Amino acid sequence: MRVRNLFAVVVLSGIYSFLMASVLLVLDAVDVALTEASVGAGVGTVLLLGTLYLTKTEEARPVHSILLPLFVAVGTAAVLIWGVSATPPFGIADTPVQLAGPDYIHRSLAETGIANVVSSVLASYRGFDTLGETTVIFTAGIAVLMLLKHAIPPGPDRKD
Amino acid sequence: MRLDVILRVVTKVILPFMLVFAIYVQFHGDYGPGGGFQAGVIAGATIILYALIYGLAPARRLVPAALVEAMIPLGVLIYAGVGVVGWLTGGNYLDYSHLAHDPVHGQEWGVFLVEAGVFVTVSATMVAIFYAFAGRGRR
Repeated sequence: MRVRNLFAVVVLSGIYSFLMASVLLVLDAVDVALTEASVGAGVGTVLLLGTLYLTKTEEARPVHSILLPLFVAVGTAAVLIWGVSATPPFGIADTPVQLAGPDYIHRSLAETGIANVVSSVLASYRGFDTLGETTVIFTAGIAVLMLLKHAIPPGPDRKD
Repeated sequence: MRLDVILRVVTKVILPFMLVFAIYVQFHGDYGPGGGFQAGVIAGATIILYALIYGLAPARRLVPAALVEAMIPLGVLIYAGVGVVGWLTGGNYLDYSHLAHDPVHGQEWGVFLVEAGVFVTVSATMVAIFYAFAGRGRR
């Protein structure tokens, strides 16, 4: 089936995001599930709908052959699947990630007084990462404002 | 008669609960799921919902665009400033152990302030991006 209506695509991506949030919930990653549900399904869908309002809701007919994009997409997927095949099996206990976990779980409450280990790792043990993350959001916001805010106001004499 | 009366009434009812939930996620992040990022997105979504239902102009009166644009760098400054305070009080950059009389309280204060910085930047960025999109108008 082929969908050229972008409104349907945006709604489907929102539904997909909610499904991914449910998957993360099943994997006990409640913090990530909360983020995925609020950003991916909530604000992301609204912003995509806002983009559709600014442009068109129907996808334009492609002017070039689809073979090259198809080749790039299939090639990237093949490389990713090849990369995933080299990772340890899902849920296996003796990986470096699993070895660091119990250490943080034992130290967190005594050292920081914070019961939620995710919060203490995020804000204290890995504080530099979160500072970088906040700076990324700051940069993204500034970039969008630079691109969109001081645009030419809409009017009958606008030429573009 | 306007056809969106149900949306308007329902929005008016759920908006305060959304804001309270954002504050809950922010301040309960030490014990349950959540933190500055999630709370910021929920608080930003509250303003975005208000703007969607009641229009962009009332939302801009409630939360001015200038305030939102000042809040984006403010959050990063709060975060980086906590790091500098940790540095000046005798620890490393972003080491919260010296912020209070004992290390555990210092860590609690540091995490609280840092999460507040994340909340300010994230919520303001969400609203600012929405304002930028919605303020352009269809061409």
